[in-house]
Amino acid sequence: MSELPGLYNYWVTVFLMMAGFYVVISQGNLVKKLVGLAIFQTSVFILYISLGKVAGGNAPIFDATITVYSNPLPHVLILTAIVVGVATTSVGLALVVRIHEAYGSVEEDEIQAKDQHDEESQWEAGSERQADDR
Amino acid sequence: MIRLRDLFAVVILFGIYSLMTAALFMDLDAVDVAFTEAAVGAGITTVLMLSTLRLTSRWENSPAHSPVLPLVVVSITGAALIYATLDAPLLGDPAAPAHQHVAPRYIQQGPVEVGMPNMVTAVLASYRGYDTFGETFVIFTAGIAVLLLLGIRQPQPHPRPRRAAIGDQIVLRVVVKLLIPLILLYALYVQIHGDYGAGGGFQAGVIFATGLVLYDLVFGEDCARLVVPAPWLPRLASLGVLLYGGVGIVSLLSGRPFLDYSALSHDPVHGQHMGVLLVELGVGITVFSIILAIYYALSGRKVRV
Repeated sequence: MSELPGLYNYWVTVFLMMAGFYVVISQGNLVKKLVGLAIFQTSVFILYISLGKVAGGNAPIFDATITVYSNPLPHVLILTAIVVGVATTSVGLALVVRIHEAYGSVEEDEIQAKDQHDEESQWEAGSERQADDR
Repeated sequence: MIRLRDLFAVVILFGIYSLMTAALFMDLDAVDVAFTEAAVGAGITTVLMLSTLRLTSRWENSPAHSPVLPLVVVSITGAALIYATLDAPLLGDPAAPAHQHVAPRYIQQGPVEVGMPNMVTAVLASYRGYDTFGETFVIFTAGIAVLLLLGIRQPQPHPRPRRAAIGDQIVLRVVVKLLIPLILLYALYVQIHGDYGAGGGFQAGVIFATGLVLYDLVFGEDCARLVVPAPWLPRLASLGVLLYGGVGIVSLLSGRPFLDYSALSHDPVHGQHMGVLLVELGVGITVFSIILAIYYALSGRKVRV
């Protein structure tokens, strides 16, 4: 059990991941959901980068006086993932903007209520038409 | 953040959180990653989210649901994940499986085979060039998706003097005027010097875009569009991806595998240098134009309800 403190990097990751997850599932505002998703994303970044750390290591830039380097592979994966992350987040933001233009709201429950209302009025219009046909 | 109803504060807190994450990456020896996170998370993401708030609404409704069920779900998942970490390797353990497979080869042979001190750039552009090509394409696709969803508004000729979104702030104007050339120059340095120090095409593209976004924010609507017109951006983005792919095709035509840069010159190490430089340039152009296009699309859209 003496080695447990060495695992704290995972626990930070789990805490941040769950915080992001909580925001995504419990909050109704779509912009807030996207922020939660972004926090979830950074928790994964932190997991990878902490996996690449070597005790006593240095940044992986070659220098004749340095013998121990941290692992460069997770750095590469996460570096590209961050930029891909901002691009995909903006797709989400663009969708939120379009949803706001179509529904006048970015709150999940209002959007659902409006959808339901539209469906019901469509159904009513459909049944009235059937009655007319008869 | 969960209780805050003011989304403006939420977004600013998220920007601060990103900056802290960048500091953490720095501490964990990931200088390139810290660099990217600082430019992307604290800079661009915040601006894009604020632009979205302008188009939607700043205030959030009170929650309609009770938080109990989500809390239970999150606690159970979190407990399961914590239980799973008990067998994981300790932080900084040099014998961890992650450091055993290909990493020693990258660290020992990277500076010799690819001939550049920054191992992250060597792995990014040379050893894992396929991955990076794919990621560049994902960014390209995401940018196209945003343009399809929002479109880029053509700037109208202004009869009145242009006003900045933040109003006329003399201190900001003077400071930003001094800063912008330095930011753009620094972006170019990061682009070219990525082989030797921290940096590369991804960071350079983001920093260059940041410079123009800052110009646009402080000096008013459509200022950046006069420097880089919106119709250029999709073309520039495709040019970057084509440049990357073109390098791959050239090595393919020389009878080598796709993206094997040794084919570019008689001396393999020299060829690697040229290949990495060209590929990073392609990445830089694509990232720059996509980020700027997304900013134009979000900031140029009119508020409609």
